[in-house]
Amino acid sequence: MSRTLVSVPKTARAGEVIDIRAMIAHPMETGYRMGPNGQAIPRKIIRHFACDYDGEEVFSAEFHPAMSANPFVAFSTVATKTGTLTFRWTDDDGKVETASAEIAVS
Amino acid sequence: MRFPLAFAAAQLCAGIAVAQEIPPSERRSGTNFMSAETQAIQADDGSNPGMLWVLQGGSLWDEPAGASRRSCASCHGEAATSMRGVAARYPAFDAASGASIDLAGKIDQCRMTRQHATSLPRESEELLGLTAYVGHQSRGMPIAPPDDARLDAARAEGKRLFQTRMGQLDLSCSSCHDANWRGRLGGSAVTQAHPTGYPIYRLEWQTIGSLQRRMRGCMVGVRAEPFAYGSAEFVALELYLAERAAGLAIETPAVRP
Ligand code: HEC
Ligand code: HEC
Repeated sequence: MSRTLVSVPKTARAGEVIDIRAMIAHPMETGYRMGPNGQAIPRKIIRHFACDYDGEEVFSAEFHPAMSANPFVAFSTVATKTGTLTFRWTDDDGKVETASAEIAVS
Repeated sequence: MRFPLAFAAAQLCAGIAVAQEIPPSERRSGTNFMSAETQAIQADDGSNPGMLWVLQGGSLWDEPAGASRRSCASCHGEAATSMRGVAARYPAFDAASGASIDLAGKIDQCRMTRQHATSLPRESEELLGLTAYVGHQSRGMPIAPPDDARLDAARAEGKRLFQTRMGQLDLSCSSCHDANWRGRLGGSAVTQAHPTGYPIYRLEWQTIGSLQRRMRGCMVGVRAEPFAYGSAEFVALELYLAERAAGLAIETPAVRP
């Protein structure tokens, strides 16, 4: 199932600042809510998000329970070389979801 | 949706028997009433969270399911061609059941009778994904209710339901969406209740939801007992909403606050 949506420019000039956006389908259950039976709904959030550009980390973030479901992250980086951007979301259970996108730099 | 009782009552019980229908020249999609920020989220496929379900629906489209081990694609091919314009003319008459059927119902029928798979519950991730995916193929196309006399009775029933007062607040859909669509209620634009963007991603729900979930919210808001998902009443209401919105463009998936 495709659970992620990333947007990276397909091409850029070397040195150009590029905008990157990444979204993932995830409930971001806070752990503070009660279910219909009065039982606490267990916490299940993404804890860590990171983006690597050609193997080097260019952005990372810690997520917290107050973030919305299906979290959306936007950031920028500098286009240096043609390569792959990989995105990693790690949740409470340690499960990692990934996505990637190519960029051609001239 | 939580309506402040006193406010709603004071605003809307000004004794409207049957409100005037909105003239065609004044009809506009709910998106027009949204803030610039909400419209911007909707307009960009990279930021519209509804697109996550469109993507999931696209994977399901290609996945074999049920005893037949057939995928939707194995019979229908490319959705961009075969499903283009389909959502714009639903609900439609269903010969198999001899009744009108909504898009989600039709998709589930195909799943059961053609894929020989289990029925997908209403509001399940899978059914919302498939409905969003099929609906998305008609984006930009005008709503075009079928000119089919077999739908007349249900459409008339939908109109009657839309104009019938209900619930403890004793309001009809029409009291708000025909008579007071320019107004605001508890900070939200009332809008004209057009079904252009469904399923929608609603920020309050933190997820995507169907037109029927939206209508259930309005019914609970006036403290009426909501109709059941997939019921003849909701299909009738959907038929009338489509007729009211004829010509407006499909926007699936729309974003609402
Ligand atoms: C075994 C072949 C087969 C499979 C598999 C199948 N369908 Fe269909 N589908 C049909 C046929 C034939 C029709 C037209 C007859 C009818 O309306 O039932 C149809 C009609 C439809 C329609 C109505 C189209 C219209 O123009 O009104 C929709 C929507 C639809 N299918 C969606 C789906 C989806 C979504 C799936 C996968 C979950 C699926 N179908 C799987 C054969 C199939
Ligand atoms: C008390 C006023 C009121 C009544 C009565 C009411 N609604 Fe609504 N409706 C609203 C408001 C306010 C919204 C806007 C949204 C919100 O809560 O964010 C809305 C939204 C909607 C929408 C979503 C439109 C869009 O652009 O996404 C639809 C469809 C709708 N209503 C249908 C109905 C139907 C059908 C009924 C009757 C069963 C009904 N409403 C009764 C106040 C009302």
